[in-house]
Amino acid sequence: MSELLKVPTMAEYMAQGKQPDVLFWVGCAGSFDDRAKKITKAFVKLLNKAHVDFAVLGTEESCTGDPAKRAGNEFLFQMQAVTNIEVLNAYEVKKIVTACPHCFNTIKNEYPELGGNYEVMHHTQFLKSLLDEGKLTIEGGKFKGKRITFHDPCYLGRANNVYEAPRDLIKKLDAELVEMKNCKSKGLCCGAGGAQMFKDAEKGDKEVNVARTEQAIEVKPDIIAAGCPFCNTMMTDGVKAKDKEADVEVMDIAELIANAQDL
Amino acid sequence: MSIIPNILFAIILIAGIGYFAKNVKKLIRNINLGRDVDVSDNTSQRWKNMARIALGQSKMVHRPIAGFLHIIVYVGFVIINIEVLEIIIDGLFGTLRIFSGLGVVYGCLIGAFEILASLVFVAVIIFWIRRNVIKLQRFWKPEMKGWPKNDGNIILYFEMVLMTLFLVMNATDVHFQAMNSGNVISQFIAPLFSGLSEGTLHIIERAAWWIHIIGILTFLNYLYFSKHLHILLAFPNTYYGSVKPKGELDNLEAVTKEVMMMMDPNADPFAPPAENESGEEEVAKFGASDVQDLNWVQLLNAYTCTECGRCTSECPANQTGKKLSPRKIMMDTRDRLEEVGKNIDANNGVFNDDGKQLFGDYITNEELWACTSCNACVEACPVSINPLSIIIDMRRYLVMEQSAAPVELNNMMTNIENNGAPWPYNQMDRLNWKDE
Ligand code: SF4
Ligand code: SF4
Repeated sequence: MSELLKVPTMAEYMAQGKQPDVLFWVGCAGSFDDRAKKITKAFVKLLNKAHVDFAVLGTEESCTGDPAKRAGNEFLFQMQAVTNIEVLNAYEVKKIVTACPHCFNTIKNEYPELGGNYEVMHHTQFLKSLLDEGKLTIEGGKFKGKRITFHDPCYLGRANNVYEAPRDLIKKLDAELVEMKNCKSKGLCCGAGGAQMFKDAEKGDKEVNVARTEQAIEVKPDIIAAGCPFCNTMMTDGVKAKDKEADVEVMDIAELIANAQDL
Repeated sequence: MSIIPNILFAIILIAGIGYFAKNVKKLIRNINLGRDVDVSDNTSQRWKNMARIALGQSKMVHRPIAGFLHIIVYVGFVIINIEVLEIIIDGLFGTLRIFSGLGVVYGCLIGAFEILASLVFVAVIIFWIRRNVIKLQRFWKPEMKGWPKNDGNIILYFEMVLMTLFLVMNATDVHFQAMNSGNVISQFIAPLFSGLSEGTLHIIERAAWWIHIIGILTFLNYLYFSKHLHILLAFPNTYYGSVKPKGELDNLEAVTKEVMMMMDPNADPFAPPAENESGEEEVAKFGASDVQDLNWVQLLNAYTCTECGRCTSECPANQTGKKLSPRKIMMDTRDRLEEVGKNIDANNGVFNDDGKQLFGDYITNEELWACTSCNACVEACPVSINPLSIIIDMRRYLVMEQSAAPVELNNMMTNIENNGAPWPYNQMDRLNWKDE
């Protein structure tokens, strides 16, 4: 199936003297993490299906610098940012979509001051717009009657006030959207942000991802929907820690929609 | 009639306001110890934020019970202070209830004050019960021992006494009771004093009046030392609070300059560093190890903190037993700033290095590295305080000045530097997923 994926690069477009409508910023997790790569592919399938004219940077993409900045290394962050901005500006990129809320936040909010001005969308917003424009349709059915709860990624929700796009998509699946006791602006973090993903937690009496997973399990979902590759890892680990792998699945919104399409 | 009371009143009033003004000056000086930051943008949005969050208390109602009670106390506090105006005029000119000439309007006003005063009294009792009997978790965290705990209760006692005095003053004012207009609550208190002669009543009434106004002046001067400073600072603080998306961290300008130089192929790497007017080399310090390294809005934040603990109770690190408490970050910043301020006072206006700093002596590594930068604290704060910005500035100091990041984070950063990803994968493999 994967040989059917069409993933053109900006360099290829450039060689043909063309400009895609939108750049898909894959991100480090989406490029290298085994779980996140599945999300990347699911999203690309949807882009292909909707005939979106997009390209990726491929080997010219580099970390946005988000984890370095949140760890306090402003130097490294700005080096990464300036390098990326040079590449993006050289390709005259106008619009970017990404499946990672950290990349989304950094490029959207922190790049402009360093000379990178783009229209940036999270993949849930982008998919929503494809649906609204009729370029993509969702046939429910597959998820009918399933209970799905959405875990708000901090960098999409609180950080950028995007709460509805992912929920609108879940509702389109004919599924039952159930909310955790902490949701939207009061959503509890998965524990990965602020560079915590890359270190052991400080001393405490519990892991944050376990606490969040417990909140999710409380509402008895069949699926925990995520919109961030890091949240996805954290929640998956949380489900394992709670021995609930048989009952609860953690899936990205893009995967849900791709699955509904049998892609 | 003797004018001694009037003179005495004037002296007390001037002393009370004078001491307060002195502390306000100190407050402003301390806040100005912070770095400059440009907050001249988005003025209309800022006014709106102030109106909505400080005046309209929009964030308080997220916790309905506390929010509702707080609004009663807040409205009561603001409105009953109209009465203070009358007290001041009466006190200075020896008049008796100068506004009573307003007739029905006066009755309505005082009636409203009396109702509010009773509501405030009840609300304050409930607040006290929440703190001391129900022991709401957020009021019993480690940073709430000693002064912060007492401070919270002292304020409540203050309010109880002031409200009681106000009602007793009205109840024992024979003329006012005879007017029988506006004494909606005090008429029920008056019978308590029914056996007393008019002379005794007058003494009680005068005593209540004096203690009430002295109490108010004491309260005013207590503010500077208390978390209650927020009743004043909530207004500027919500005005100067961030108007950007919460996820956006500031880009350090000093770093931008250096990065641009490094990236500029035409820059002369051996050029002498920029000099300032006095000819000294300007060595920018990255991040913050002490209060002077923070910007003044962050210092204003520290003085505004109400120590309510909403931030801490929403903090994922704190909820899972880590040492980090965003409230403590704000309290530490204020305590250290006060310490620096006192040091300056004692040394004729210049800071004398005391070998201490915010990092290490107040805030530890363990706290700083527990933060997930989730912004729950920022979202929860009812007065637009940003504890996260202080945490990040201190991390910047640790990483850029001290190279003191946790080992795993150093590995992550080395990977980014070498491979453009936080893991040890090769950048050339970035598109491999396509064919896997
Ligand atoms: S941003 Fe940091 S301090 Fe604030 S709530 Fe989240 S983890 Fe706690
Ligand atoms: S920072 Fe805000 S939420 Fe936290 S204790 Fe202070 S006032 Fe309350």
